Order: sequence, then C-alpha cells, then structure tokens
Amino acid sequence: MYRRSDELGPEMSNKLALRIAIFGGVALALFVVLFFRLWFLQVLNGDRYLAEAKNNRTREFRVSAPRGEILDRNGRILVSNRTSLALQINPNKLPEDEKERRAELARLADLTHSTPRRVRGMLHEQLSIAPGAPVTLRRDVGDYLVYYLQENQDRFPGVAVERVFVRRYVDGTLAAHILGNVGEVSEDQLEEPRYRGLEPGDEIGQDGIEDTYDRFLRGIAGIERIQVDAFGQPTRNGQLVSQPPVPGDNLRLTIDADVQAAGEAALAARGLPGGFVTMDVNTGEILGLGSFPTFDPSVFTRPMTQAQVDALYRDPVLAPLTNRAIAGLYPTGSTFKLITAIAALESGVITPGTPIYDGGSLTVGGQSFQNAGGASYGSLTLAPALQVSSDVFFYTLGLDMWDTGDLQRWAHMLGIGRSPGLDLPGDAEGLLPSQSWRNQLYREGETDRPWSAGDNIQLATGQGDLQASPLQMAIAYATMANGGTVVTPHVALRVDDAAGRVLREFDPRAQRQVEIDPEYRETIMEGLHEAAQAPGGTSYAVFGGFPVPVAGKTGTAQRVGHADQSWYAVVAPYPNPRIVTVVTFEEGGFGAESAAPAALQILEAYFGKHSSGESGPNGGSPG
Amino acid sequence: MYATRTRRARPEPFALRPGIAERLGLPYMDATLGLSAIGLVAFSVFTLGQATQGDVPGSPGYFVDRQLIYAIIGLAGMYLLARIDYSRFRELRVGIYTFLCASVTAVFFFGFAARGSRRAFDLPLFSFQPSELGKLLLVLALAGFVIDGARRGSARQRTVRYLCLGFAPAALVFLQPDLGTSLVYGAITLAVMYVGGVPWTHFAVIGAALVALVALVLVVAPAIGTPILKEYQQQRLTSFADPSGDPSDAGYQQNQAKIAIGSGEKTGRGDRATQTRLDFVPERHTDFIFAVIGERYGFMGAALVLSLYALLIWRALRIVTLSKNSYGTLVAGGIAAMLLFQVFVNVGMNLGIMPITGIPLPLLSYGGSSVLATLLAVGVLQSIHMQARLSQKGRFAW
Repeated sequence: MYRRSDELGPEMSNKLALRIAIFGGVALALFVVLFFRLWFLQVLNGDRYLAEAKNNRTREFRVSAPRGEILDRNGRILVSNRTSLALQINPNKLPEDEKERRAELARLADLTHSTPRRVRGMLHEQLSIAPGAPVTLRRDVGDYLVYYLQENQDRFPGVAVERVFVRRYVDGTLAAHILGNVGEVSEDQLEEPRYRGLEPGDEIGQDGIEDTYDRFLRGIAGIERIQVDAFGQPTRNGQLVSQPPVPGDNLRLTIDADVQAAGEAALAARGLPGGFVTMDVNTGEILGLGSFPTFDPSVFTRPMTQAQVDALYRDPVLAPLTNRAIAGLYPTGSTFKLITAIAALESGVITPGTPIYDGGSLTVGGQSFQNAGGASYGSLTLAPALQVSSDVFFYTLGLDMWDTGDLQRWAHMLGIGRSPGLDLPGDAEGLLPSQSWRNQLYREGETDRPWSAGDNIQLATGQGDLQASPLQMAIAYATMANGGTVVTPHVALRVDDAAGRVLREFDPRAQRQVEIDPEYRETIMEGLHEAAQAPGGTSYAVFGGFPVPVAGKTGTAQRVGHADQSWYAVVAPYPNPRIVTVVTFEEGGFGAESAAPAALQILEAYFGKHSSGESGPNGGSPG
Repeated sequence: MYATRTRRARPEPFALRPGIAERLGLPYMDATLGLSAIGLVAFSVFTLGQATQGDVPGSPGYFVDRQLIYAIIGLAGMYLLARIDYSRFRELRVGIYTFLCASVTAVFFFGFAARGSRRAFDLPLFSFQPSELGKLLLVLALAGFVIDGARRGSARQRTVRYLCLGFAPAALVFLQPDLGTSLVYGAITLAVMYVGGVPWTHFAVIGAALVALVALVLVVAPAIGTPILKEYQQQRLTSFADPSGDPSDAGYQQNQAKIAIGSGEKTGRGDRATQTRLDFVPERHTDFIFAVIGERYGFMGAALVLSLYALLIWRALRIVTLSKNSYGTLVAGGIAAMLLFQVFVNVGMNLGIMPITGIPLPLLSYGGSSVLATLLAVGVLQSIHMQARLSQKGRFAW
C-alpha cells in the first residue's frame, strides 16, 4: 500500500525527467538574466553610475560673501560687517502635516519669546515675498539657543541656525541717508539684469550707496560642496572641495566723517526737519550730506516691529527715510537771488553798476510786492542789494525779464528743475516755473491764470511755485564759485580691494560748462561776502566773527500752510572757494535764524581741519 | 568527484567502528550544497559587519551578532533535519498544514505591528515571523497532499484541491499584509504541482487566470475604486517601470539601488561606498543587501554571491532527481522553486528589473526567521540526499 501510492509509476518518470529538465532550463535562464544585468550595470555602465552616486551624495550650499566695507574719504570705517547667528526656517522641510507644523511653530515661538501667531505671520509674510527661500525668524540668537536646537534637532525639522553677515554701523545713525541699507533680494529684483546670478535669500543693497554701488560691495557668494546622506543632512567629516566666497570690495566715499557729523549735529540741534549738503565746488565730491530726522540703519538688519515700521514708513510729517538734502523740494527764498543776479547781468538787463531804487515795494498790475520786514534801502547796485537782500531790487529784475525767459534759461543752466545727477537713488528734479509751463497748465485748465509778471517777480526772489532741493542750490552756488563748471555731485570716491589697492576711481565728468563773465562773478561773490561778513549783511550776525572769509546768502521762503522755510547757502573761502554748504530747515524762520548758524557749525568743522591757507580736500584750490 | 569522496569515506570491511565522519553522517550529505549555504551565511555576516556598524547607535555589532546567532542555530537545525528521514513529514502533513495555517493566523491576534503590517511574534529574545518558516512547512505539507491524492479524484479535481491548499495560507499571509511572502507561497504551490505532474493544460488555464488576476488587481480594481492592494504595494509593483525623483517613492529607492550596484564597478568601493552607507538605499540590511554587496565588493563580490546561489539551486535540482521516493522529489522541487523564486525576485529588484515586493534574499538578508527557515530547508534537502545515498547503500543510518 505504502509503496504503491508512493511511487508515481514508471510512465511518470520520463515525464518527470522532462519537467525537471525544463525547471533546470528556466533556472539557468533566470541566472543568465541576472548575470547579464549585473554585468551591464557594473562593468558596462559602472562609470556612469559611479558619477551618479558621487553627485548624489553632495549638496551645494551657498556661502554668502561678506559685503565690502564703506569708508569715509579719510579711511574711517562707516559700515563694516559682523557675524550673527540667525534662526532660519526652511519651509520645504517643515512637517507636511498641518497639526505637526503648527505644533513645531508653537515650540519655536516659545523658544524665541514670541507668539505662535507672530511666527506664523512672519513665515507667511516672508514667504509671500520670496516663496521657498529660507525664512529668517530671528537674528542674533544666543548660543544657548543654538545648543538647545542642536540637542533637539528631531523636534525642530527644517529649523537651522545659520551664520550670516550683518551690516554693522560703526557710528550709529551717521550718514544713514547716504548709506542706505541691505535686504534680501525680492522676486521682482531677481529678474533685473543687474541681479543676474543671485538666488532668493541673497542680500543686496536696497537703498542709498548700498544700492548704487551694490555690484562692487556685494561680492560673490561661495559654493560649499558637502557630503550628505539621503536626507540631505551633512555627514561627519563630509566637507568636500569648496569655492570660497569672494568678499565685496571696499567703497571709499567722498564723505568726510567729521563734516558729516557736524552737519548732522547742526540739524539735530535745531530739531527741525531739514537737510544739508557740503560739496567740493570744483569736483562735485560731497563732503557731507544729511537729513533730519534720521534713522538707525541697523533696524533693517533684523525683523522690524510694527512700531518701527510705522515710525519709518507711515509718518508723513517727519518721514525719517526721506533724504531732504536731495529729495526735499522747497521754494528757496533769497538764496535764489544769486541766479537772478547772474541772469540779469549776462542778459544785459543790468550791469554791476546799474542802480535800482528800492522804495520798499514794487507795484505791478495793481499787486504790491514788498520787502521782507517792510524795509526800504534806497538806490542800490547789485552787490549792496545782495548784501542787504533787497527784494525790490530783484523784483525789478524779475519784472524786467518776465517774458524773456532769461531767468529760466540761467536757472536751468545752473541746475534748477533738472536732475542733479547724484549717485544716490532718490534725487529730485524739482520745479522751475516758466512761461511755457504755466501757460501749458492754463490751457489744460489746471490753473486759473496764465503766466504773468508776478510769477517771474516771485521766482526772482525764490518764492512762488519754485521747488528746489538743497543739492540743486549747492550745485548752482558751486558753479558760480568755480567760475562756470556745473559739477556732477557724487559720494563715491573709489573702490578698493581688501588689500587696499585702488580698483576704480570715481571722477565723473562735469555736467556742462556755463560761460560766466569773471567780472560779474566777482560782483556777485563780493555781494555775497558782504552779506555774510560785512556789517549790515543779512548773516553778519552769524558769520561776522568767523575767521575764514566766506560768501553766503540767507533765504526765507514762504510755504503755503507752513511757517517760513529757512535757507542758507555759503561758499568758502572767499574769494576762491573750495566748498559750498547749503542748509535748509522746514519752518525754520529767517535764514539767519536757524539755517545760517547750522551752516556755520559745518564750516567750523571743515575749517577746523583745513585752515584756510592749506590746500583743499582734493589737493588744490582754484586760481 | 563526489563519487571519489563517497568511496574514500566508506568504512573498510574490517573496521570495527565507523569513523567520526561516518558516525556524523557527513559522507552521505551533499558537501557542495552545505558549503554553498554556509558560504552565503558567512558572506551575510561579513557584509553586515562592514555595512551596518553605525546603524544602531552605541552597538556597532547589533545586526552582525544577531545574524551570527541565527546562523548558528540554523546550521544546527540544518544538521538535525539532515539526520531525520524527511519521509516522516509526509505522514505529518495534516498536522504541519494545520500548524502552518494556525501560526500565520495567530499573528493577527498576538503579533506586533511594524510598519503597518502584522507579521511576527515578539518572543523574549527575538521576534519570530511564522510566514518564513511557513514556506518550508507549505512545501512539506503540500508535497504530502499531492502524493496522497495522486490516485484520488479526476486530474481537474486534484488541481483545484492543490490550488485551494496553497491558496489558503497564501491568502492569510497576503492579509497580514505581506505581498512578497504570499507570492512565494504561490510559487511553491505551482512548483510542487508542476513536479507532481499536473497536466500542462491546467497550467495554461492557471497562467491565463493569473494574467487576468494581475490585470484586475493592478488596473481594473483601482480604476473602479475598490483597490485590492495597499497603495504602497501598488506603487512598488508598478513604479519600477517609471522611477521618479521623490525620495519617499518606491521607484526612487529602486533607482538608488541600481546606482549603488552600478557604482561598485568591477572591484567595488569598499568603505568609500556612499549609496548604501549614507541611506540613499533603504532597507540595506534586509531587502536591499544585494545592493550593499554590489556597491562594496563590485562585480566580483556580486557575481560570487550569484554563483553560490546557482550552486545551491543546481544541487537542489540534482537532489530532485536523486530522491529515493516521489515525496522527496516533490519536496526538493518545492524547495528549489522557493529558493529560485526568492533569489530571482530579490536580486532582480535590486538590479531594477523586477518590482519591489519585499522578498528577502535567502541566507543573506538580515532576519532570524528567514535565515532559520532557509537553513532548515537546506537541511531537508540534505536529508533527501542522505536517504538516497543510504538506500543506494542498502542500509539505513543507525
């Protein structure tokens, strides 16, 4: 029984042999397939897969380059860098699960003494600006936080502490409006040609000199190749070849930190919104340029609170970010008389010796234009008229040129109503009222009357519709002081590499030449000098005791809805000036009241270093 | 060569006592089979020792030590089984089959869950996965049923009966869920039927039904919204044709395994291996251990391993033909098919020509149950060989 059922019978064994043979054949075929495949992968294509494997285990990280330093003309550091530990969230590595993500953000909020809502808000806000880029939650985190995160890495996926470079402003708010700030490149900016090659998260200059000369300061981000495991985590001793970042080049400014500080102190001392410019009259190098109220540029190096944002961006009166020296547009008051004077002389309306009678007022077409303070100076020639700032004298000149366009032509040549060409963003063109301008407006129904003599009379004394910035006035005064060269103002002096070698110098060509009769120039300069330093001059009370001979003009402009705008424009030393300083204050009253003393402070700082006999800041004085 | 050895080991007529080798039964065993199995286990321990040092923090030898213990237990079990006449298992077929079904069912109640599936018991010292041992048990029981039913019922009835007997444990394992092992059960069932002489026409019908089933499971069922496979299973089965870049994706893993093996080139990268050292290849100590070998030891190492498997399966097939009875033929055929199927599917998966099914590489993959079950299966093969040799000699052991 057992044997019978056990044996499958002899007729089976042939079949069985065949089946076993087929089984063996299949097994052989399968092994052949495996061997060939193995051969194909390892021997025939091994090099390709090896390359892929090597590529697999490396990740490239961008190593941000430190930006170049910014120095003043004497090599004093204005902006340098410091390293900071920044708490960053990589949004791609946060838990996908909504609940887990919220829990992690809540833990983070706890860690950074914030609220979960604020953390989520910041994440959302920054992601809408640069989607996918790492979000910096907090800068300048302490070491303890770094250690804590390292020990609890699994509880904080996607959170990393990165060493980043942060701008350090050595002198606090000094030159804040010139320096500008840096910030992460925006999505729109990434598409501009000048930011080609950058990636989201890279920092660029966003304003001021940081913006204009970004390509020198920025440097080149390095690339670090690191061995990583499948989860992208760097492995131990996994540092591979790296391309170190190239630090940005250093930028030396034309700014003189002492002049700059004096100017800012002079503005701050009055506490009024205003601005100042001090410039080399021959080269256009800006020695100092400031605006009040100012701000601390370091607030841009870390996330801002709402209060800071409001104070910086939402205050229309103080507007601390506005650079009033280049973007503040006001009627200029009597400082404009220099332009009226040269226009009248050059167009033959008067000669230096032509007397005009100042009876205290000038009536044109039933409208009476009066001297400030109701004074009357009798018969005057040009120089004394400038000294006492006779309005009637210049009203008369304005009347004489009301439909000739000479005043506008000269004002325009001297830079009024046109871009000053400064190498900082935000310089304003202003407005030079003219017959064609107003008539055009009138034809379009924008104004109730066409151009009249009254408009030109107003313009002759820097009142009315005129809008000019301190920088524009500085250029006009510099042109007069240097005998006819309209300089291109600039704040960048040169680019140095880290070793101090000069890579590039900035010496922009003058914008244009204006032909000014030396005799006319002399007359006007004499008038301005007497206005500043001869008894009876409008700013004699301020500059009378100043040891350096100067030529300066006060200005007091009426602004609708405001108290008077106070101006002072001064060139020094007289008669061959090296520098020009223009100061203005909103609601500062008479020019001699606030602007002139501020200008004096600046000149004191400048001549405290450069006594009048010495050579000028650029190595030589004219004539 | 074998014959020489047998002759040499045969006791001389005048010897009063048999030699130690004779008493251990070693001359009647298949040395090539035994050595290739031992070689593979040794290679496994060696590879794990080099590749998994940093896997369990604080205990560099975690996997090696355990694998070594399993191997020693398994080799002892292999020897014991070799000395038992396998024919007794035929009489125990009902008991074996019942135990098989009971044990793979028990994990549903007493097993612990790992990665979404219940497959193993957590015993005091190690975990035990009944479905691994079940592969061997299925071979032993099914072969018995085939022999027993060889004269009962029509050929069609017998075929249906075998299919049902194989399908029951396969279905239980599939529900754990463990797709890979259930496929091995299927392969074993078909192989035992094949060797047992089920007509070719039946296989043609079964083949057609299988094609239809695969189409139903992979295409139709998901399309009508009642998927039979878990999503990850479906993905693994289909993604090898279309690998993607998502690291959590099965196709990506397979691509990484392929890169790992390819990058080993002819002589391997040794400790400079990166793919399998830095977690690009998942499950490197179990399902993807062949990728580790390929990357670390190159074509030389991988080809050596494949050659050892070829030897193993060649010897198993040889034993099929040597067996003294049909039960031995069927058991040896089932074991040969079990080994061949697992090796081909696993290595093919590593080489990127087969889908990911979660089948371990016999004797090489880390895992006590698998190593133990495979070594016991080799033990059964040895037993068949030994009984054949002894019956040729005309006497039984002790």
